[in-house]
Amino acid sequence: MADDQRARPQPTPETKHFWDGTRAGELRLQKCDACAKVYFPPRPFCPACSSREVSVMAASGKATLHSYVIHHRKVPGFTPPYAIAVVELAEGPRMMSNIVDCPQTPEALELDMRLEVVFDKMDDEITLPLFRPAKD
Amino acid sequence: MRQKSVAVVGASETTGLGTIPNMSQIQLHADAALNAMADCGLTAKDIDGVACATETPVQLAHYLGITPSWVDGTAVGGCSFMIHVRHAAAAIEAGLCKTVLITHGESGKSRIAQIPRTIPAGSLNGQFEQPFGPMGPPSLFPIPVLRYMKTYGVTHEQMAMVSVVQREWAAMNPRATFKDSLTVDDVLNSRMIAYPFRILQCCLVSDGGGALILTSAERAKDFPTKPVYILGTGESVETPMVSQMADFTSSRAFSVAGPTAIKAAGIKHSDVDHLMIYDAFAHLPLYGLEDLGFVGRGEAAAFIEGRNTAPGAELPLNTNGGGLSYAHSGMYGMFALQESVRQMRGTAPAQVAGAKISVCHGVGGMFAASGTIIFSNQAP
Repeated sequence: MADDQRARPQPTPETKHFWDGTRAGELRLQKCDACAKVYFPPRPFCPACSSREVSVMAASGKATLHSYVIHHRKVPGFTPPYAIAVVELAEGPRMMSNIVDCPQTPEALELDMRLEVVFDKMDDEITLPLFRPAKD
Repeated sequence: MRQKSVAVVGASETTGLGTIPNMSQIQLHADAALNAMADCGLTAKDIDGVACATETPVQLAHYLGITPSWVDGTAVGGCSFMIHVRHAAAAIEAGLCKTVLITHGESGKSRIAQIPRTIPAGSLNGQFEQPFGPMGPPSLFPIPVLRYMKTYGVTHEQMAMVSVVQREWAAMNPRATFKDSLTVDDVLNSRMIAYPFRILQCCLVSDGGGALILTSAERAKDFPTKPVYILGTGESVETPMVSQMADFTSSRAFSVAGPTAIKAAGIKHSDVDHLMIYDAFAHLPLYGLEDLGFVGRGEAAAFIEGRNTAPGAELPLNTNGGGLSYAHSGMYGMFALQESVRQMRGTAPAQVAGAKISVCHGVGGMFAASGTIIFSNQAP
């Protein structure tokens, strides 16, 4: 379970589907019905073509490690050193996350390594999408 | 609208720099403003335009006793002052005002009446970055660095040379916070902050500020100071979330602001005698050199390692010592602008002999925003 000392996200009307999704064990992105752009973070219109005709879709949960830092200072809810990572989802968008089930070292955290999403419950409303090295 | 018809006539930093325990943030603005007014023989009655970022223009105008007919409160981080210069130049050229005061003051170290920066939990940053453990710029700004290093095969030793070379410039500057020489080993053995960056690759935390006074180039001739003309300007923004930068090896905001300014100035890169690239962290000069076109993609680290930006070299870069060694209050852009003005006036501690054109490039947030100003001491 995610440490409840972490900064807690506050869902908004535009992002509720995302947090409903992680609670249900699904990583939800959005796709434009007009231009097919898949995008993140959530908003009820397409940032590529401005269309309001967009759909929510379930992502595969597969990703690669795009970049990261290993943070050495104390932050509530974290035990340093810990990686703050940006992952690139198989569907294209990137998102910030943490890498779990993996030593937090430059040797273990290789750029472009394959990852898969895991869901870490913070409280009854919020479940965070984290990533671990892919098992297959 | 007449282009290239505006000049800096007044410029000064705060009287003190580094640790200023006896001044609140608004007084740092005023201290710099009064110094800049004294520099060019003006008082508050002569100012009809004001711009600032850490305080509002309302706070500034009231505190200094100015009744402005033009204000700009653009606050997009540390390059806000480059953008203020750009907007002020356009306003003067358009006849909206005659004499603009741009101030910066920040009690970044002593934190006396500093306005806290908060991230709402419902903002995109609050929902999609903060839960994963960042704590301010040292944890966020270096996030793209490993991708940049892998893409171009840059080594930790090359990256460390940014800090080493800038310390050489700082050693010539009595006002610089850090002046002792550095080696690559010193940098790579310093305390780890956020791998791959160590403390000597992160900016200082300082109290201080600065102010600029701009007017028409025509009026500038009547001032006691040597006019520093504005040849070209640029600005842009990309994203408030470093995780959402389109390309981790390049800043889209840099790639708009820098080339826009260079094109407006009508200069070639080889015309540039002096360069400031806002260095909150050691990778920024690399991105700046590439995004502004001074070197090709992936060439910046070798360029700096090869001492092409060091004292005596062809492209003097961050000649005050930069945010890494001179001072950094939180929003550093005003200090970079002050150094460009000093170089164009011929009064910099590490003066570049015969310099005629200076490019001053700023960043705001974590690659969120950018502003570029090109100065010259030659009338356009």
